[in-house]
Amino acid sequence: MLSTQLNTYLFIGAMLFGFGIFGLVRRPSLIGMLISAELVLCGASVNFMAFNNFLAPDPTVGQIFTLFIMAIAAAEAAIAMSIVVAVYRNYKSIETEDLVDLQG
Amino acid sequence: MNLSISPEAVPLIREGIFVGLIIVTVFGALLATLAKRMTRAVLGLVVCFLGIAGIYYFLNSPFVALMQLLIYVGAVAVTICFAIMLAEPDERKLAAKTPGMAGPLAVLLGATVTWVLAGTAIKAEWMAPAVKINEGSVKDVGVSLLTTYSMVFELVSIVLLIAILGSLVIARSGRDKAEC
Repeated sequence: MLSTQLNTYLFIGAMLFGFGIFGLVRRPSLIGMLISAELVLCGASVNFMAFNNFLAPDPTVGQIFTLFIMAIAAAEAAIAMSIVVAVYRNYKSIETEDLVDLQG
Repeated sequence: MNLSISPEAVPLIREGIFVGLIIVTVFGALLATLAKRMTRAVLGLVVCFLGIAGIYYFLNSPFVALMQLLIYVGAVAVTICFAIMLAEPDERKLAAKTPGMAGPLAVLLGATVTWVLAGTAIKAEWMAPAVKINEGSVKDVGVSLLTTYSMVFELVSIVLLIAILGSLVIARSGRDKAEC
């Protein structure tokens, strides 16, 4: 039975993490990288929830940690959005290759 | 018409739903990383989050599944949609661009990370706990959020407040420059 085994969930988590890294390297735009970063966070959450259900003596810890990861992900998305907007105002582009100037 | 399901079929249906959720999650992740248009990538992200919410339900956590829908699908995906609307990525230019060296490198890196993480996780021998001190139900989560983790709970709200203020400050600074 797939749904009662810890390894299935760990594999799903690892796969989401891998997809996230894949997208982070491949995407040429800031928003694409933001989307991939959310996938990485989700992979970590799935791992926490799997260990929480199968191995933790206190099964509330993993759920609460996952809730905190969600809150951090929401904060990260808000800040990343404002950075994207600020970058777009300065460069009129959100491609990573165009963002080569530093301003001291 | 008799619609009742025989007890033997219940685990099979459960398993079928689980495999379906995994397929939905993988499809969403593929769409999120490979779609040429950014709006489609966001849609893929939403599909992936829906699949993960179902997987959380299989892990005996309906509360976290609901929060996944509320926070990720309801808030994070909408925030990314706003980013797309405000920054208008040049779709044609992005679609015309070939990934070049980044494509094979990304496949290699992603596959290596997945392989190493999954291999380590499957090879390791995990010890099941001798005793569980509670059920992990919604009530237990609420009790520990307001007793053991109350300090962190309050701190997270401060973090969110600072994140909102910080994003306003960052997004505003570019505007001042554009005006003068």
